[in-house]
Amino acid sequence: MTDGQNLKFVPFDVGRSALWIFFVVALLVSPLIWTSSLSLTILSQIGTLIIVCLSYNMMLGQSGMLSFGHAVYVGLGAFMSIHVMNAVTKGAFWMPISLVPLIGGIAGAFFSVLFGYVTTKKSGTTFAMITLGIGELVAASSLMLPEFFGGEAGITTNRVIGSPVLGITYGPQIQVYYLIAIWCLICTAAMYAFTLTPLGRMANAVRDNPERAEFVGYNTQRVRYFVMIIAGFFAGIAGGLGAINFEIVSSENVSTVRSGAYLLFTFLGGVGFFFGPIIGAVIFVLSFVVLSELTKAWLLYLGIFFLLMVMYAPGGIASLIMMNARVAQFKKFGRLWLPYAAVLGAGIVLFLGVTSLIELVYHYQLESAGGTTLKLYGFVADTSTVSTWATAVIVTAIGIVLMTFASRYFKRIWGGIQTEIQLLIERGLV
Amino acid sequence: MEFFLISLLNGVSYGLLLFMLSSGLTLIFSMMGVLNFAHASFYMLGAYIAYQISVWVGFWPALFIAPVVVGVAGALFERYSLRRVHKFGHVPELLVTFGLSYVVGEFVQLIWGRAPVDYRIPAGLDGALFTIYTTTFPAYRGFMMLVAVLMLLGVYLLFTRTRVGLVIQGALSHPDMVEALGHNVPRVFMMVFGGGCALAGLAGVIGGNAFVTEPGMALTVGSIIFVVVVVGGMGSLAGAFIASLLIGILQTFAVALDYSLLTLFAKGGATIGPDNALYPVLKLTISQVAPILPYLLLVLILIFRPRGLMGKRDD
Amino acid sequence: MSTDPKSAAYAIQLLDVRKNFGKSEIIRGANLAIPPGERHAVIGPNGAGKSTLFNLISGRFDVSSGDIQLNGRSTLGLTPFEINRLGLSRSFQITNIFHRLSVFENIRCAVLWSLGYKYSFWHSLARLRDARLRSEEILEQIGLRKRHDVAAGLLTYAEQRALEIGITVAGGANVILLDEPTAGMSRSESDHAVELIRKVTVGKTLIMVEHDMSVVFGLADRISVLVYGEVIATDVPAKIRENAKVQEAYLGAHAGDHAEAEP
Repeated sequence: MTDGQNLKFVPFDVGRSALWIFFVVALLVSPLIWTSSLSLTILSQIGTLIIVCLSYNMMLGQSGMLSFGHAVYVGLGAFMSIHVMNAVTKGAFWMPISLVPLIGGIAGAFFSVLFGYVTTKKSGTTFAMITLGIGELVAASSLMLPEFFGGEAGITTNRVIGSPVLGITYGPQIQVYYLIAIWCLICTAAMYAFTLTPLGRMANAVRDNPERAEFVGYNTQRVRYFVMIIAGFFAGIAGGLGAINFEIVSSENVSTVRSGAYLLFTFLGGVGFFFGPIIGAVIFVLSFVVLSELTKAWLLYLGIFFLLMVMYAPGGIASLIMMNARVAQFKKFGRLWLPYAAVLGAGIVLFLGVTSLIELVYHYQLESAGGTTLKLYGFVADTSTVSTWATAVIVTAIGIVLMTFASRYFKRIWGGIQTEIQLLIERGLV
Repeated sequence: MEFFLISLLNGVSYGLLLFMLSSGLTLIFSMMGVLNFAHASFYMLGAYIAYQISVWVGFWPALFIAPVVVGVAGALFERYSLRRVHKFGHVPELLVTFGLSYVVGEFVQLIWGRAPVDYRIPAGLDGALFTIYTTTFPAYRGFMMLVAVLMLLGVYLLFTRTRVGLVIQGALSHPDMVEALGHNVPRVFMMVFGGGCALAGLAGVIGGNAFVTEPGMALTVGSIIFVVVVVGGMGSLAGAFIASLLIGILQTFAVALDYSLLTLFAKGGATIGPDNALYPVLKLTISQVAPILPYLLLVLILIFRPRGLMGKRDD
Repeated sequence: MSTDPKSAAYAIQLLDVRKNFGKSEIIRGANLAIPPGERHAVIGPNGAGKSTLFNLISGRFDVSSGDIQLNGRSTLGLTPFEINRLGLSRSFQITNIFHRLSVFENIRCAVLWSLGYKYSFWHSLARLRDARLRSEEILEQIGLRKRHDVAAGLLTYAEQRALEIGITVAGGANVILLDEPTAGMSRSESDHAVELIRKVTVGKTLIMVEHDMSVVFGLADRISVLVYGEVIATDVPAKIRENAKVQEAYLGAHAGDHAEAEP
């Protein structure tokens, strides 16, 4: 690129507008393309989770705050919303269902104000541990106060309340989907706008160098506290939408397992870019709804995938996309076709081998009632025969060998390209 | 009186178990700055491996073999996974141990299933150690305390009397200097990580049959040891010791007490009925509230003494 | 920024400041009085405690005993950000920037508080004209306009040092502390840096820790010499050069070399 322009630190502007248009269109048009009721369920959940993961990333990716207790704010927002809905059904007061998520948001913000005061006293690893403690505190309390939390069974509601407004009852799933989609759009836009405000930018500064942020006049604890409150607000909105969608909220909604899932998928999507958590939300729902049907070992696969991501691509899928986009921007992508093909080929072999082994073990362990055979990639495998196991082991071994060579080759080419790009930037010769 | 003594002893034995776990965690944190989220998972692994070995061979071999296996697993993880993430910073380090805890949890279910396994106290240790009035103090609890104390003694001696221990102490605060002196600090890190995990595994061996051995055990004890570490003061072994005993005794006593604020009011002559707004909270007995006591302690410490009981001023 | 510097006799005053770390006494009764507008250098052998002194003045550490006054007001017990808001800003020996933000963003972060935007999440950054103009102005002064949108972590070492200085002065503080600003620079880079420092500290109080003697003698109105945690001499450069105690403790054999470095 020799037109004298500086390399932009953030992705190209044309690309950004295109992404937004694509996002809006996708939200509005998806249920018309995928019309089955399963698809609608998936889309509705994705819409809610986009808000959750984006709000989580306000803390993690933007402010450097690793929380193990985010489900608390989503869940308490959900509980508040469901109680309000039940109160409206009983006629205590009137509130349109469309605005119930706002109640959730206020609840989320309120609890962030309450707990955040204590949790933001520390930062870094200690902060993470404290959020874990608070998360456990709330989760354990949920079984102690059945009046609010509904005990083991949770609290249920009916989202069809009163007479329809403009023909909308929120009975059919499609109506709920569009409610979620509109909230999702509003929240996403709001959270994006936040990144362009003084507080949003200082949150980045506090993430990068909290000490320096203090020395330019900012109380870093205050910055984190305010970010947490705003993130809690959006988390609560998502909780409210979830309450409307599922019509049930239980102590599971505030559990540590949930918090861990929010962390896992936001991280997988990518914490370094605004759209990363959106990818994470999509993977989240697809894993829980689709992957869990394909194999019993899906949680194990998820865990391994996460581990590999942290080790090899800590910026998540978003970073992988952007790194390749950057290479393409510098017009060096052509050299990567062959290395990618090599890694892909070796990866497929390794994947087949490892997943076969895991599936065989799972089948052997958990499904012995169903007999010893299972279908594996089109083949019929028998866990009682040695040849089956031997095949799986051999394929895995071959995969490991191939992967070692392929990855070394890839690293060499990739590393060379990165060094060239680095030099170009350093010398300002973009 | 007997209730008090027995509960105290039970509380101390539980507290010592917590300390076995949190000491390994503190050591790893002090040296490497890594908070090992998977620490409780190694505890669980120790319990399961001990179970398996005790089924094949017996409890006593398990007592010695299982911690070694867990320690080796920990060392391998450090060498091939954690080390690689070190350059990304502390958050990715925590995340990689978080991912490991996920994987270990699933792995354990893969091999041993989702139901609790029947990991038994060996016949020789099953029974009463002594009796106070009508309450017996189990022999196994006494054994747990013995193992915990021996382990702590062993670690203390290792650190202060051996050369390896000296190197570790040095690397604890000045890894670069120790490396400049010619010691293989990455290997020391690996050993310390593996050692910490082995301690967790040992805790699992003796705790797994006293309490239940099931896939959820890592989660339940995991968050408590993090509370111990924060309450005690990040990186302070003495603080972890005090906090472990405190929480161990607190919880043991609380679980046995059936009083609530309601009974307190009743003693004072006031009766509060179910229609009172605060009734749901007031009727909670201490035993019902017991699970959240460690976390309440955490909140109190953070409000009144954020650096923990024995923590250093700057975190 | 806050208190009128002319109302206080001294911009920075250290009164018998002591600092212990455990059993080691690093600062053993340091006394310093720097009037507003002065360019003051602190020199001394390695281990004398110069960085510790800076950390005490800027609030990174608490003093063990003694008092530090900024524009006549004691800063004991104040946090770094409170001290910064009172008009003191410092740079760091090891470059301390926001490495993932662009050069421009780095500077803008440094001006936000001083312009009163505080914790606002209702202002759009792009529309803040005063923030943008001030940041552009600083960028121009430190010579990094061409690197406007480059991630700060990708700059060369000298550029990062210039950015470091830019962040320090951007907020408009009237007392500037620079900790070894020319560390690791070549001769030409140092000269460049000296010009930059002179430009951005016009009318302000400057306190500088430096090892490069030509920089010190070129910039400083007065020099203090710190040895084993005590200020053994404070005077104009010419007199410091002739001071026997200083020569013995520090300048040693190089005393005569800088006869030509006189401004």
